[in-house]
Amino acid sequence: MEAILKAEHLTKTFRLSKKQQKLEKNKEKTKVAVNDLSFEAYKGEIFGLLGPNGAGKTTTLRMLATLIHPDSGDVLIDGLSVVKNPGEVRGKIGFLTSELKLEQQFTPNYLFDFFSDLYGVQQQERNKWKEKMFERFGIGKYAEVKVSNLSTGMKQKLSLVISLVHNPDIIIFDEPTNGLDVITAKVVTDFLLELKEEGKTIIVSTHIFSLIEKICDRVGIIINGQMVVCDTLQELTKEKNLEERFFDIYMEVAGDPDEK
Amino acid sequence: MKNNILTIMKKEFHRFFSDKRMVFTTILMPGLMIFILYTFMGEAMQSQFVTKDDYQYEIYADNLPDSMKPGLEQMKWNVKDKKNRSGEEIKTEIAEKKADLYMVFPENFDEEVAAYDSSTGSMAPNIELYYNSTKTESSEIYYQVVSMLDTYEGTLANKFDINEGISKADLASEEEESAQFFAMMLPMLMLIFMFSGCTAIAPESIAGEKERGTIATLLVTPVKRSHLAVGKIVSLSVIGLLSGLSSFVGTMISIPKMMGGSGASMDATIYGVTDYVLLLLVILSTVLIIIAAISVISGFAKSVKEASTAVTPLMIICMVVGVTGMFGDGAPSSVSYYLIPLYNSVQAMNGIFSLHYDLVHVVVTVAANLFYTLLLSFVLAKLFDSEKMMYL
Repeated sequence: MEAILKAEHLTKTFRLSKKQQKLEKNKEKTKVAVNDLSFEAYKGEIFGLLGPNGAGKTTTLRMLATLIHPDSGDVLIDGLSVVKNPGEVRGKIGFLTSELKLEQQFTPNYLFDFFSDLYGVQQQERNKWKEKMFERFGIGKYAEVKVSNLSTGMKQKLSLVISLVHNPDIIIFDEPTNGLDVITAKVVTDFLLELKEEGKTIIVSTHIFSLIEKICDRVGIIINGQMVVCDTLQELTKEKNLEERFFDIYMEVAGDPDEK
Repeated sequence: MKNNILTIMKKEFHRFFSDKRMVFTTILMPGLMIFILYTFMGEAMQSQFVTKDDYQYEIYADNLPDSMKPGLEQMKWNVKDKKNRSGEEIKTEIAEKKADLYMVFPENFDEEVAAYDSSTGSMAPNIELYYNSTKTESSEIYYQVVSMLDTYEGTLANKFDINEGISKADLASEEEESAQFFAMMLPMLMLIFMFSGCTAIAPESIAGEKERGTIATLLVTPVKRSHLAVGKIVSLSVIGLLSGLSSFVGTMISIPKMMGGSGASMDATIYGVTDYVLLLLVILSTVLIIIAAISVISGFAKSVKEASTAVTPLMIICMVVGVTGMFGDGAPSSVSYYLIPLYNSVQAMNGIFSLHYDLVHVVVTVAANLFYTLLLSFVLAKLFDSEKMMYL
């Protein structure tokens, strides 16, 4: 299998403010969010990063998406380094998190065209893709309605569509179903499976076991910034279900959460 | 990807011009407000300090000499009958703003004046004039009568005249006078107008996008950070320029009204096309540098509110620098002064408004401002690339 994304020894340390130190009940001025983390994602698979809150999933994905720079290590996406060629990497990936917002006063139609321009998508191609995506997510009839007047579900669907205006081959989703209602969540997970069928590579981060079980081919479990297990879902859940297996691993690495 | 600058600019324009309220408050309102305010101030000042043409002064006099009568009649000032009221009663009426002037001449004033010899050192005949300075009409008639009496005194011992029969002694042209006035007032006003126009839009576009999380959506796209910075700065500057020009037009139209009668000759036509083109260049380059500076400050801020607070010191600097245009003897001649941002703009505008500019100064000002804007754009691009500053 061909590795289209290679994360190599990624490390990221954050400086903590006094307030954060208090919150963390810790006197250390820095926090290692991601510690020597390596993994590979293969072409045409859905790779899941599983871990509790604060494990370093989001930081890892942000490094993959070139939004933050690793202290050391690198990620090669389709042969391009996120450290050396961040601009080109951005053109190859689609990145979505709930923290990326759309400007309220624009319409879906305008935003689609605007972001297509930024990605350098040709007009003909753009119009075809827009029609397809708007129809797939039922945005068509709201195409000229300002974002501020759209329902929350519609806004989330639009954000998804906008992050894919350039029809990228590699898609990175941070907590793809977080905050979505059950209907929208299903639309999104079904769509991710469709993309996989088309041969796209998808990296998702989540703490929801059922999502991993439903869509992922391989899973990397991150605890305290380190990749502790990375294997196929099939192999991981051979004896126990994912949830039980996760807690076994967690106990082994981080100790009993009840005793903390 | 070069036209990404254009794409960003188009988006900024679309965002601004599709918001009617924003267009009204940023572009139309400043000019309109200044026009209404200055016109109102002009009207108010006129009514405050000018007496109506058909006003009948309440003037009383004791021992009014015959020599004064022709002068008073010529001015159509009627000295009224005291009707048995005492001098003190008249003074009370003046204090209560019911009467305007009370003149007390010595008895036999004309004879005393004729007999008086200043070389003897004795007291000259004295006229008492009572008036009320808080009543416009009373104050007015007091000064007019004093002036009339001065003239009369002058005619009694006419040894020489000044400017008698010369209709134009002040050799400055009317244009020069107007230009002088504009040069003193407008550079400071323009700088303040430009600054307030820029503060209305730049923090919103940089810190606001950061606050709302929309800048991160732009940063995940392959758009170059420098293109994003330049696209934003240029488009915001165009909007800032429109806002500044609106205030400028409002000022130019309302100045004659504010100045009342004396401002009749003050209008914007004293400047030619070249003057306006140069002025526009200086203004545009100034708006660019202000927008760039506010954008960088906003880049460090977490919210629009924080950004607006953070630009306050810059506003104070603008005002202080603006005031420098009001003093001194015109624009400085050394070229190096025109390398100092903001100060160069004020002095260059001062030169253009006073109709005595040096083209080299204007060119140096515009070039220096463009250079500083480029430098600040570079800083802004670096900020966009910095995770600490920009990340979520």
